[in-house]
Amino acid sequence: MTYLKKSPWVIHYDASSCNGCDIEVLAALTPVYDVERFGIINTGNPKHADIFLVTGSVNEQNKEVVKNIYEQIPEPKVVVAIGICAASGGIFRECYNVLGGVDKVIPVDVFVTGCAARPESIIDGVVTALGILETKRLAMKEKGNETMDKSGSAV
Amino acid sequence: MITEPVISLVNAVLFILLAPLAGGLIAGIDRKVTARMQGRVGPPVLQPFYDVGKLFEKENMVVTVTQHFYVLSYLVFMIVAGALFFSGGDMLLVIFAFTLSHIFLVLGAYASYSPYSHIGAERELIQIIAYEPMIIFTAVGMYMVTQSFNVSAIVNSGIPIILYLPGVFIGYLIVLTIKLRKSPFDLSTSHHAHQEIVKGVTTDFSGSNLGKIEIAHWYEYVFLLGVVYLFFGFSPVIAVAAIIIAYFLEILIDNTISRVKWQLTLRSAWLIAGTLGIVNLGVLYYLKGVIMP
Ligand code: SF4
Repeated sequence: MTYLKKSPWVIHYDASSCNGCDIEVLAALTPVYDVERFGIINTGNPKHADIFLVTGSVNEQNKEVVKNIYEQIPEPKVVVAIGICAASGGIFRECYNVLGGVDKVIPVDVFVTGCAARPESIIDGVVTALGILETKRLAMKEKGNETMDKSGSAV
Repeated sequence: MITEPVISLVNAVLFILLAPLAGGLIAGIDRKVTARMQGRVGPPVLQPFYDVGKLFEKENMVVTVTQHFYVLSYLVFMIVAGALFFSGGDMLLVIFAFTLSHIFLVLGAYASYSPYSHIGAERELIQIIAYEPMIIFTAVGMYMVTQSFNVSAIVNSGIPIILYLPGVFIGYLIVLTIKLRKSPFDLSTSHHAHQEIVKGVTTDFSGSNLGKIEIAHWYEYVFLLGVVYLFFGFSPVIAVAAIIIAYFLEILIDNTISRVKWQLTLRSAWLIAGTLGIVNLGVLYYLKGVIMP
């Protein structure tokens, strides 16, 4: 039985986006797109989240924050980088303090393209992420069983 | 011949088994109706079950190990309160267990180091202080009308309690808003404002611990609506209708009124208890011979 796919809670973090992609993420929560239909809730708390949505490029100041949020999300978790900035730094890539895409600091599972990314493609990205989330859950379960077997044989 | 203790026991077991199902469904319908009121489609009615199922699939990140104990105690005492209530036990004992369970939730939130969690715990305490007098008045009022604190005696008395306790009933509905964590009184944790400080009390819980808190909340739903039933115990049909109407009103208030500060929460809850509650009980006391059967 898997409930993970039916109730993905997201946390949204604006690294250094121009705010264009953020508006589109929030648009997905409005009555027009209403992602709560799929059980998606925008939590503000990494400890409750399953999917980490990052918009914008990562810079020297917030790389610690991005890492910190990522580490606080309980397993299994996936990261969705939204917009060209989050993929490569986009138009900000030449800036003196910009490191580049989100994948410079944490492992990214899905890249959503666009500047700004459209709500449809964001939802599409999250749905793709759900598949990966499920694989990760199964992997985690297997690993859990393995460690259990090991400790069992040790006794 | 089935004796009374057996019936009580069966009722308690039925509550323990069925209340989470009923509570989860109520939560699901609540979310659906709320979404419709906001012009959205809303999640499936079974969404709360998916959520809790999901939480049990996740890693349980623990900030301090004592959290496990507090969360489990919260759930257990909530079940004890509800089971006592539905087995027809003593109303005062029920309220005692009910309050105790919330104290454990507060302690659980205080056990972590997050300032958000602490603010949530503090607010939860304020809420307990706010609604407690009215809950006690409800029990006292029922005692004055039926001469018993026993839930079974209150239900079986056949007296239309609502006619004697209209003030207490309205007061109870108002503190019900606090208890169901609905706006304007959803201070310590809210069903809507996920990004705000009002997610407070649950900040540092994740995975199965958060799931247990949700399940305890489902038990709580059923217990609180059970108290509404008591007011209309003379006729089950009217009682069920009253529960539905009361709950719908709560959702409506939730979606139309903005959140207030804790000072106003405390003041209004006490004002209600002090006026509607005390006046109602006072009238009942002085007119004992006149209006009472
Ligand atoms: S991808 Fe475009 S819209 Fe999105 S944050 Fe970057 S510049 Fe802004």
